[in-house]
Amino acid sequence: MSAFRTVELAGWGRYPRRPGPVAHPRSVDEIATLLQGGGIIARGNGRAYGDSAMGAAATLDLRRLDRMLAFDAQSGQLVAEAGVLLGDVIAAFLPQGWFPQVTPGTKFVTLGGAIAADVHGKNHHRDGSFGAFVDWIDVMNADGKVVRASREEQADLFAWTVGGMGLTGVILRAAIRLRPVESAWIAQQTIPAPSLRHAMDAFEAADDALYSVAWVDCLAKGPALGRSLVITGDHARAADLPTQYQSKPFETPRKRRLSLPFDAPAAALNGLSVRAFNALYWKRGQRAPRHRLIDWDSYFYPLDAILGWNRIYGRRGFLQFQCALPLETSETGLAALLSETAKAGQGSFLAVLKRFGAQESRFSFPMAGYTLALDFPANARTFALLDRLDAITLDHGGRFYLAKDARLAASSLHRADPRAETFRNMRREAGLDRAFASAQSERLIL
Amino acid sequence: MKDTVLVLGGRSDIGLAVAHRFAAAGHPMALALRNAEDLEAARADIALRHDIQASLHEFDALDTGALRGFVESFDPVPGVVVSAVGAMGDQAESECDPTAAALVMRSNYEAPSQALELFAGRMEAQGHGTLVGISSVAGDRGRASNYVYGSAKAGFTAYLSGLRNRLSQTGVHVVTVKPGFVATRMTEGMDLPAALTATPDEVAEAVFRAVERHRCVVYVKPIWWAVMRVICSIPEPIFRKTRIGA
Repeated sequence: MSAFRTVELAGWGRYPRRPGPVAHPRSVDEIATLLQGGGIIARGNGRAYGDSAMGAAATLDLRRLDRMLAFDAQSGQLVAEAGVLLGDVIAAFLPQGWFPQVTPGTKFVTLGGAIAADVHGKNHHRDGSFGAFVDWIDVMNADGKVVRASREEQADLFAWTVGGMGLTGVILRAAIRLRPVESAWIAQQTIPAPSLRHAMDAFEAADDALYSVAWVDCLAKGPALGRSLVITGDHARAADLPTQYQSKPFETPRKRRLSLPFDAPAAALNGLSVRAFNALYWKRGQRAPRHRLIDWDSYFYPLDAILGWNRIYGRRGFLQFQCALPLETSETGLAALLSETAKAGQGSFLAVLKRFGAQESRFSFPMAGYTLALDFPANARTFALLDRLDAITLDHGGRFYLAKDARLAASSLHRADPRAETFRNMRREAGLDRAFASAQSERLIL
Repeated sequence: MKDTVLVLGGRSDIGLAVAHRFAAAGHPMALALRNAEDLEAARADIALRHDIQASLHEFDALDTGALRGFVESFDPVPGVVVSAVGAMGDQAESECDPTAAALVMRSNYEAPSQALELFAGRMEAQGHGTLVGISSVAGDRGRASNYVYGSAKAGFTAYLSGLRNRLSQTGVHVVTVKPGFVATRMTEGMDLPAALTATPDEVAEAVFRAVERHRCVVYVKPIWWAVMRVICSIPEPIFRKTRIGA
């Protein structure tokens, strides 16, 4: 029987950090028992950046619920427990010609976490978010009862739980659909865009590509503001592979794995090194071949190749900022966000821009328009900058991604997103607010 | 088609890890345990992750009378049989309750030895096969804190040694695997020294490699070989006064 033990907890950004009781249940019955104290949040593989998966009172680490239960090769439906990693799904099913329909930028997320945050991928403009491919979920409610929810039965619970940040119950199992693919390779195209306008034009022109994303040089100013490499991709067909790969389309060359086993000194990442990196990346991107075949791991998960890359920001950790802006205000809003970032000279290694398609959901993040993600070392200047970025987002009718957030003010969230109030009322009426709570939900008054 | 691997005591963390390891190498898996249907999720997981066949078999290692029938229910006989049968028990309870002590002794010595003996007979008849017994370093020397469990493991280790030697000319190989501390459900909450503690996956890797390389006796963490050489070389009059002896 698993019991709570106090350990230091943090999200992937390693800010905030604080000790808290954590249990590692192995069964549904254990979870029901562990829920009794209230103030619980379920935690997957800890890839939310801030305090989403740090329980208000205690945390349930669900990684031991990690079994795949059934697969239907006709429909591509996989039934699995919440603690299964997306990377495990790929390892098991890519050799048989299946890939996740939607994947975030890391394969080290659990299915439960992906559903709770309703994560998006590079194909959001075409396919929507992770939740669009979830057929049903089994959720444990505050009384320890397991309820199966789908678009047909318990539809409200389903709608609130997808994107509900674990605040509607414990996601135990899910049925998700996989995508049939002909190879493990992506046909990638790189389009250098010398300004924000060019980048947005490139996104609109690339609407047909299944995947699209842009890396933004967030230190470029003036006419070069928002200069980007827009990178599109589609699953390569077996017939399009070079002959040496055609007989084994699901095999890719083995790669070296690097890891960062220690914290980099905070000074390693300063204005100068970030500027140099951004300038170099832009320069090399312009010269790189426009069309190339790239293996799935390098295409979708370049950072996963460096295990523990979050330590590059040093012991104090780092903060992510990710907002979505409606289409009408995207250009002016993105320009304002990027100018403010460039002005602060606080540029990040990873500035990522992405076109979102339309999405109707109860509490999920994506909306038709553009999303911008930035990361910064956790220090006083960053906190001040992020407050200014919040204000710009609010002025442009945007909203914030809770899976990235570690410090947003409750007032900003509720101003940005009236759905937050509805979500909170629903939780109160259903008696969920006392049973399920994270450090984030308390901070944001959810 | 690779050999089917049968894991006796497939419910334990070590048994499951062993199953995953052989399945990852493409072996069809059979798991034998009590209340086998409880393990359907784990069976499906093994089959789906590794794209192999996996089956569950009802098996009570302590039901001596049923052992022959169980062993004969496999046709053909699995190419590899791994015994992860065992129970740590509670030393204090075993000291005052002979029934509890008998359960520990039977679970760690009698039951796995007899089951492997019956599989050995069938493998001998066909002229090939590999038997693996997961014993323990606790069987290398009796200590005050766990000698009921340790003595049963000692018996099992000796049994495996004898079986290996009996079968030496038959094409049937016997492997003895001796884990030290292992971080499992059984040891959850105990304060184990990290350098000496293996994960179930490390035990499984050791089992897999020992089978591939036809090893006879392997310690899961090599440091345990050295530790046990030292422990076994201490004369009993001194050993009984040391903390290790306790």
